[in-house]
Order: sequence, then C-alpha cells, then structure tokens
Amino acid sequence: MGIGIATGAYALSFGAISTAAGLSLLQTCALSVLMFTGASQFALVGVVGAGGSVWAGAATAALLGSRNALYGVRLSSLLVRGGWRRAAAAHFVIDETTAMAIARDSVAESRLAFWATGLAVFTLWNLGTLIGALATHALPDPKVLGFDAAPPAAFLALLAPRLRSREPMAIALSAGVVALVCLPFVPAGVPLLIVAVLVAIFGVLRSRG
Amino acid sequence: MMWAGVLVACASCYALKLAGLSLPASVLQDPRVQRTVPLVPVALLAALVATQTFSTGHHLVLDVRAAALSVAIVAVLLRAPFLVVVASAAATAALLRLL
Repeated sequence: MGIGIATGAYALSFGAISTAAGLSLLQTCALSVLMFTGASQFALVGVVGAGGSVWAGAATAALLGSRNALYGVRLSSLLVRGGWRRAAAAHFVIDETTAMAIARDSVAESRLAFWATGLAVFTLWNLGTLIGALATHALPDPKVLGFDAAPPAAFLALLAPRLRSREPMAIALSAGVVALVCLPFVPAGVPLLIVAVLVAIFGVLRSRG
Repeated sequence: MMWAGVLVACASCYALKLAGLSLPASVLQDPRVQRTVPLVPVALLAALVATQTFSTGHHLVLDVRAAALSVAIVAVLLRAPFLVVVASAAATAALLRLL
C-alpha cells in the first residue's frame, strides 16, 4: 500500500518533467510502459530537457539501468528459469520488486511478492505518468512554474539513499565537479558519459586493490 | 529521431534486466562487476544534479535553480517524500522568479 502511493507520486513527477522536457504524451507513456525503471527514465528526459541529444540521454539511461542486471543475480534463483516467464519477469526487475522479493522467507512467498509488487507498481507507475503528463500539457509555460528546477531535485532524491558512507559521498562530489569542468568543452550530455567511464575505471582498480 | 532514441533506450534497459536473469552467476558475481556497477548510479546521478543545476547549454551559471536545489537538500535531509522534494524545488524557483 505504502509502496503504491509512493510510486504514484513518483510517477506524477516523471510525467510532468518528461512533458516539460518536450517529449510527447505518447513518448512519455511509452517510456513508462517499455522502459519501466524510474532513474533511467528521469535521466533520459532530464538530458533531453537540458538540451542534450536523445542519444546522450539514451546512453545515460542504459548506464543507470546496469544496476538492474545485478538484481537479476539475486532474483534468478527465486524466479522460474527459462521461457516466456523469465522474459516477462525480466521487465519487472526493478528496485521495488527486488526489495520485496528478497525480504521473504520462502521461495513461494518471494515469487508472490515479486509478481504482486511488479503488477501493482507497473499499474500505478503508468497511471501516474499519464496523469502527470496530461496535467502538464494543460499548463501554458512550465518554466514559469519552476519545472526546470524539478529534475535536479528528482536526481538528488534518487541519489540521497545511496550516500550512506564516505566513499559514495566522495564519488558523488567528484562526479559533480568533473561533469561541470567538462561541460563547456564537450557536447551536451557527454560530461555524463565521461563521468561514467571514470567511475568504471575507479571501480575496477579498487576491486583489484 | 526522438522516437528512435526512446525505443533504443527502452530495449537497452530491458536487455540489462534480462541479462541479470540469464547470464551465469559467475559473470555477475565477479568482484569487479559487483564493486563497480553500484558506483555508476551514484556518479551519474550526482553529475546530473550538478549539470542541471549549474549550467545552461555550455555555460556555467548560478541562478534560482541553486536556491531550489538548496531547498531540495533540506527536504531530503528532513526525509520528505519524493514528490515533496521535487515540488518544493519547483515552487522555490517559481517564487524567486516572481520577485
């Protein structure tokens, strides 16, 4: 229930930000139906809204989606292997379903939690997106309402729970500085890709040491 | 062009989810993968916050969005819900522009 209300509210802001960024109603809804992973969706529309190319946005979205692959490792033993069920289950592999599934005691309960959470979140996520997008379409000038200040706040809210120790805090600060230093010299959206490459190199080097 | 980018991004995100359920656990449990992948969202989200607050096009700027971000930081520290964080930032920017 709590997760449902949170999802609906989160989706409203996605629908609004996507529309203010210039995506059509159909494109906004397609992202929620087909991509169905919040941080990646916000990243794509955020990059486009800031004047970056949709391809830079798509690359950022895919990089943010890489964490969903790690969730699969924890879920694959709980879910049915192979066939169309796995293909369908894959679409629902997101933060919320993983958290609910791994918190259960038995495989049967985990499976139920995964599918129930997945269906509830999918329904509310898409409903919220549609309402947020329709409401924003009706507005005259989104910038007057401060909509350009909304995406950074959304990214901050997504980032905050990941800053639980000094290392991620240091990485976040460095990434922000590096992105701003590169920004005047490269095409829009590219600072994000530079930051992604640097953090990947850092991660690989650290895992050796 | 927008549609092509949207659809390619959707396909990529789905492929990553499917890869997690399909690849052998040994690949995804490699220490380098386990260590690196969780850092990627931290770095990217921080870079998104910084660039979307302090720039317009290719120029670094300091405007009402910085004040809006400060309000969002306070909201996050007070553990406000997602929508409240976003709405308080937007409202701050809108009010400061009215002044």
